[in-house]
Amino acid sequence: MTSGKFEQLERELLDAVAAASDLVSLDDVRVAALGKKGRVSELMKGLGALPPEERREFGQAVNGLKERVAEALARRKDALREAELSARLTSEQADITLPPRARGLSEGRIHPVAQVMDEITEIFADMGFAIAEGPDIETDYHNFTALNIPPEHPARQEHDTFYFNERADGSRAVLRTHTSPVQIRTMEQTEPPVRIIAPGRVYRCDSDQTHTPMFHQVEALVIDEETHMGHLKWALESFCKAFFEVDEVKMRFRASHFPFTEPSMEVDIGYAKVGDEIRIGEGDEWLEILGCGMVHPNVLRNVGYDPDKVQGFAFGVGIDRIAMLKYGMPDLRAFFGADLRWLRHYGFGVLDVPTLARGMSL
Amino acid sequence: MKFTLSWLKEHLETDEALDVILDKLTLIGLEVEEVFDPAAALASFIVGEVITAQKHPDADKLKVCQVETGKGVVQVVCGAPNAVAGLKGVFAPSGAYVPGIDLELKPVKIRGQDSFGMLLSERELEISDEHDGIIELPADSKVGAPAAPALGLDDPVIEIAVTPNRPDCLGVRGIARDLAAAGIGKLKDDTLKAIEGAFDNPVAVGLKFDEENKSACPAFAGRLVKGVKNGPSPDWLQRRLKAIGLRPINALADITNYIAYDRGRPLHVYDAGKLKGMIHARLGKKGEEFLALDGETYKVDEEMCVIADDSGVLGLGGIIGGEETGCGGDTVNVFIESAYFDPIRTATTGRKLNIVSDARFRFERGVDPAFVVPGIELATKLVLDICGGEASKVTLAGEPPEANRIIEFNTSQVQRLTGLELAQVEIKMILTALGFWLSGRGPDYKVSAPTWRPDVSQGADLVEEVIRIVGVDAVDAVPMARAQGVAAPVLTASQKRVRLARRTLAGLGMVEAVTWSFIARDAAKAFGGGEDALELANPISADLSSMRPSLLPGLVSAAGRNQARGFSDVALFEVGQAYRGTEPQDQYMAAAGVRSGTAKACGAGRHWSGAAEQIDVFDAKADALGVLGALGFGDKVQAARAAPDWYHPGRSGALRLGPKTVLAHFGELHPRVLEKLGLDGPLCGFEVFLDALPDPRRASRTKPALELSDLQVVRRDFAFLVDDAAAAGDLIRAARGAEKALITDVTLFDIFTGAGVPEGKKSLAIEVTLTPRDKTLTDAQIEEVAAKVVAAVAKATGGELRG
Repeated sequence: MTSGKFEQLERELLDAVAAASDLVSLDDVRVAALGKKGRVSELMKGLGALPPEERREFGQAVNGLKERVAEALARRKDALREAELSARLTSEQADITLPPRARGLSEGRIHPVAQVMDEITEIFADMGFAIAEGPDIETDYHNFTALNIPPEHPARQEHDTFYFNERADGSRAVLRTHTSPVQIRTMEQTEPPVRIIAPGRVYRCDSDQTHTPMFHQVEALVIDEETHMGHLKWALESFCKAFFEVDEVKMRFRASHFPFTEPSMEVDIGYAKVGDEIRIGEGDEWLEILGCGMVHPNVLRNVGYDPDKVQGFAFGVGIDRIAMLKYGMPDLRAFFGADLRWLRHYGFGVLDVPTLARGMSL
Repeated sequence: MKFTLSWLKEHLETDEALDVILDKLTLIGLEVEEVFDPAAALASFIVGEVITAQKHPDADKLKVCQVETGKGVVQVVCGAPNAVAGLKGVFAPSGAYVPGIDLELKPVKIRGQDSFGMLLSERELEISDEHDGIIELPADSKVGAPAAPALGLDDPVIEIAVTPNRPDCLGVRGIARDLAAAGIGKLKDDTLKAIEGAFDNPVAVGLKFDEENKSACPAFAGRLVKGVKNGPSPDWLQRRLKAIGLRPINALADITNYIAYDRGRPLHVYDAGKLKGMIHARLGKKGEEFLALDGETYKVDEEMCVIADDSGVLGLGGIIGGEETGCGGDTVNVFIESAYFDPIRTATTGRKLNIVSDARFRFERGVDPAFVVPGIELATKLVLDICGGEASKVTLAGEPPEANRIIEFNTSQVQRLTGLELAQVEIKMILTALGFWLSGRGPDYKVSAPTWRPDVSQGADLVEEVIRIVGVDAVDAVPMARAQGVAAPVLTASQKRVRLARRTLAGLGMVEAVTWSFIARDAAKAFGGGEDALELANPISADLSSMRPSLLPGLVSAAGRNQARGFSDVALFEVGQAYRGTEPQDQYMAAAGVRSGTAKACGAGRHWSGAAEQIDVFDAKADALGVLGALGFGDKVQAARAAPDWYHPGRSGALRLGPKTVLAHFGELHPRVLEKLGLDGPLCGFEVFLDALPDPRRASRTKPALELSDLQVVRRDFAFLVDDAAAAGDLIRAARGAEKALITDVTLFDIFTGAGVPEGKKSLAIEVTLTPRDKTLTDAQIEEVAAKVVAAVAKATGGELRG
C-alpha cells in the first residue's frame, strides 16, 4: 500500500468524521473505520502478508492512522455532545420572575412583646438575674398588703384593680396590678441573696391609646447585704444601653413615691424626636420609663427578712412601652388586636433571636 | 395640685427663675405636670388708650375712636358703651387672634369707617363671660405695654403631681418648705398670732362617739364670728382661686377654699343662724340623709362620720358640707369649723358615696393634726380682714391625735442605702429644713418627724428625705458584683419550653398573637370555662369578663376578625397562660394555634404552581407534633380519639404520653362553637399543654451512639385490607414492631377504597424498610420478616394481605 493511498484513506475517514451530524452517525463512522471489520482494522489484517522488513513501517503507518482517526472521533463526539447539551439547555427556559411559594420559615412571626422579653432576658441573664414567674390571679396579700399597701391606702385605689367576686371565706382574689407580687413569692421561698427579674402580664381597669386593661411588665429585684442605689443606677444604665443599643444614655432620677420602695424614684430617659422616630441617647427631651427604689423595710419584714441585715433594689418597666419606644409602634391597643397586618409588620422573624454575641436586634 | 408663682412667693423668698424652680420641683418628687403662663396666651395684646371717641356718622350704637397704641394712633370702630376718651383698655392690633370670637383681625371698614384693631371685652379674651363693655385697665397702666400684667394675668400657674404620701404638699406652704430645703430660696416666717375671742362661743361643740369609734373625729374646733358681711371676696383672692380653676363663690366660702390650698387645711363655715343646738360630730344613723353643697342628696350609714346638730345631719365630716347651713350673702354670724377626720374612714365614705372633693382628697391622705387650732386662727384672721365682724373664743372638743414620732436614726444609713457619702452636718441641715427635729450628737440621732409628715416613720424614710433633696444625680453608678467567668444560664426547663415552642410554631409559618387573658363569658363557656369563680367582679366590658379556660377562644375570635377584614387564610398562634381556677396551680401554660382557609405550613392561597388546599385536622396535628417534636416528645406520643367537645367529634384527637398524660389536643373546631363565635369554618386548631410535659431527665449530654450499616436497605411493600373503622396508627405500629431488630421504618403510602375493595373495608398500603446489621439479607430472611409483618398486622387490626 502506497503512502498516497494511506493519505487518501485518512482524508476520507476524517471527512466522514467531520460530516457526522449527530452522535448516532458518528458512531457509524467509528464502526466503519475502527470496528472489527472497519477499514483500518482490515488494513491490519494484511500485515501478516508483508515481508518482515516492511512490516514494521506498515504497522507504524496503520497505527498512526488509527490514532489520528480515533482522536478525531473523540473530538467530534465532544463537540456534538456539547452542541446537543447547549441545544437542550436553550430549550429549557424557566421564567425566573415567577414567584415561588412562600414557606413557613419566612411567613412566621414572633410578637414584639415576646421578642422584647427575649432581649430583656438575654441582658439580665448576663448580669446574673434569674427569671421568676408567678400567677396572674393573685391574693390581695401578695399584690398589696405584703408590698406595704395596706387596705384603704389611697395607692390601692390608684391601681385600678380588677377584682374577682368575694369567696365564701370573705377573701377576694385580684388580677395582679404589677409583677411585684412575684418579688414577694420569690422572697417567701428563698433566702437572700436574690437576683431576679419577673416579666409577665399585668392588669388594670383602664383603657385608652396608651392604656390597655392588660399589659406587660418586668420587675427586677436584688437583695443582698450591700446593694445600694449606686448599683441600681448602674443596673438601669447598663440595661438601657444594652436594650436600646446605644453607647450612652442620659437618665434622670426623680424622687417619687411607691409604697414598696423607700427611697423611691422615677426614671426619665433622654431622647430626641426625629420625625416619628424616638432616638434614645440623643437630644434633651425627657421621657418617663420606669419606677424604682430601695426595697421598703416593711416589705423585707413581711417576707421574714431582716432590713438591718439585708437590703436591695427593685424596679419595674413596662415591656410594651419600651417595645413601642424601641420599635416605633404608635398604639398600645394594637398589641393585643391580633391584626395580621400589624403582626406581620411589627413582628420578628423566626430566627431573629437576640443574643449578646449578635446584639439585640438585627 | 395647682398654684401660681406669686402664691408660692407668698411663702418662699426667692429670685430663682421659673424654669429653675420647675426643674427642682420635679427632681425632689413634686413632678411638674403642666405650666400655664397666661401672659404667653395674651402676648399679642397691649395696653391702648382711647384719645377721642366720637359717634359713628352712620351708626347710632358705634363709636369711632382714636387709640394711642404706643406706636402711633390708630382708628378703631367700637360698639362698647364705656369706650370714652381717657379709657385705657386691652387693644388687639390687626393680625392678632382674638380667642373669644375665634377671629384673626384684619383692617376693615365698618359702615364706611376704617377700623384697625379692636378694644376687647373679657369675654373676647376668654377670661370671663363679661361682655357689657370693654375692659377698663387701671389708669396707671403704661400705654403700649403688654396687657397681661395690667390685667393681673402674668402669674404662671403650676400644676404638680403630689404622690399620696405627701399631704403636706397639698398646700402651697408645704411646697415652699420643700423648695427652701432644696436650696431654692428661704421659707418665710408664718407665725400666726392667735386672735383673742371677744366673747364666749355661744355655739356648743361636741363629739358624740363611743370609745371604739372616737378616732373618726378626735378633735373639733369651732368659733363664731358675728356681724360679718359676706360679699364677693377681694380681687387678689378671686384671682388666685380662678387661676387654679376654682370658682369664687362668696368671701366666706372662698376663704376656706383658699386655706385648703394654701395650707392643705380644709375648713368649713356654717351660717350660725341656721344651726340648731349643739353642733357635733358623730357616726351616721340608718335612714339619715342630707342635701349637700353639690346639690345631691346623700344617704349616710353607721360607718360614716357626720357633722350634725339637733335638726339632723348637716354634712359629711371631711368630705362635703350641707346646702341648708351654708353661708350666703345674708349670712351675718358665721360658725367656723376646723376638725381632724380619720383618713381611712374619710376615704371609705368618699368612695362609697363617690364624692370627690378637695377636703376628702386632703383628709384621706392625712392633714396636719397639729394645725387644727392654727387653721381656725388663720381663717378667723381672714374673715375679720375681709368680712369684718367680731370673733368669739375658740371651743375645742377632743384633742388632735398625737403625731410625734421619734425615729432612731444613724446617719450611716444614708450611705448604706444610697452609696452616697454625705457629711453629718449636711444630713442634719436637710432634715432640719424640712421640719425634722434632731437631738443627739450623731451619728446616732433621735429624730422627731414634723406633724405634717405622716409618711415618715423609720430610717429609710429619712434616707429618702435626704436623697431626694440632695438629688440622685449625686449618686455614682457602681457596677454590681458578678460571678466569675461566663454568665451561667438562667432559664428553667419550662421557660426553655415556652421559648422553643414559640419559635417552632413561627417556623411552621404561624404568626404569634397576644390576646386578652379575659374573654366573653359565652366564649369561655364554649371552651369548658365560664365558672363564677373566674368571672371578674368589675370587668372593663362584658367582652372581657371571664378568665380564659384555653387560648383557643381568643385565637378563634382573632381569626374571625381577620376574616372580616378580608384575610381568610389565617395561621395564628399564642404561647401563654390559661386558667382552670383562681389558685396559682390552676394556671397553666399552653402553646395553641389556629389555621383557617388554606393557611397551610407549605403555603397558602392560589398559586400558579397549584392552589393550596383547604386546611384540615392533619395540619393541626402536624403543628402540635411539631411543637412536641421540638421538645423531644414527637415519637413518644400516641394519637387517641379523645378531644374535648369544642372540637369536631370525628375530626379531632389527643396526643398522649401513655394512657393518662394528655400533651395536646388537635382537630377541626366544632361547627357549633364556630357559629357561636360568629365565624365561617372550617377552622383547625390545637393546644399543647406545656406544663404537662415531664421534665427532661437527662443524665448525660452524650447522644446515643449512631449505628451505621454499609449494607443496602431493603424495602418491601404490603397492602392490607382492613375494616373501615380500623386505625391506621395501629397497623403502622404493629408492622413496626413485627421485627424490631430489622424494621427501621414503616411508611403508609396509600389509602384506597373503591373498585376491588369490598364494601366496609379499606386498603392500606405500607412500605417497610429493613436495615441489615451484619450481612446482606437472604431472600429467606426477608420472607420470614414479611410473614411476621403480615401476622402482626392481622393480630392488631384483623387486616389481611390484599391479593
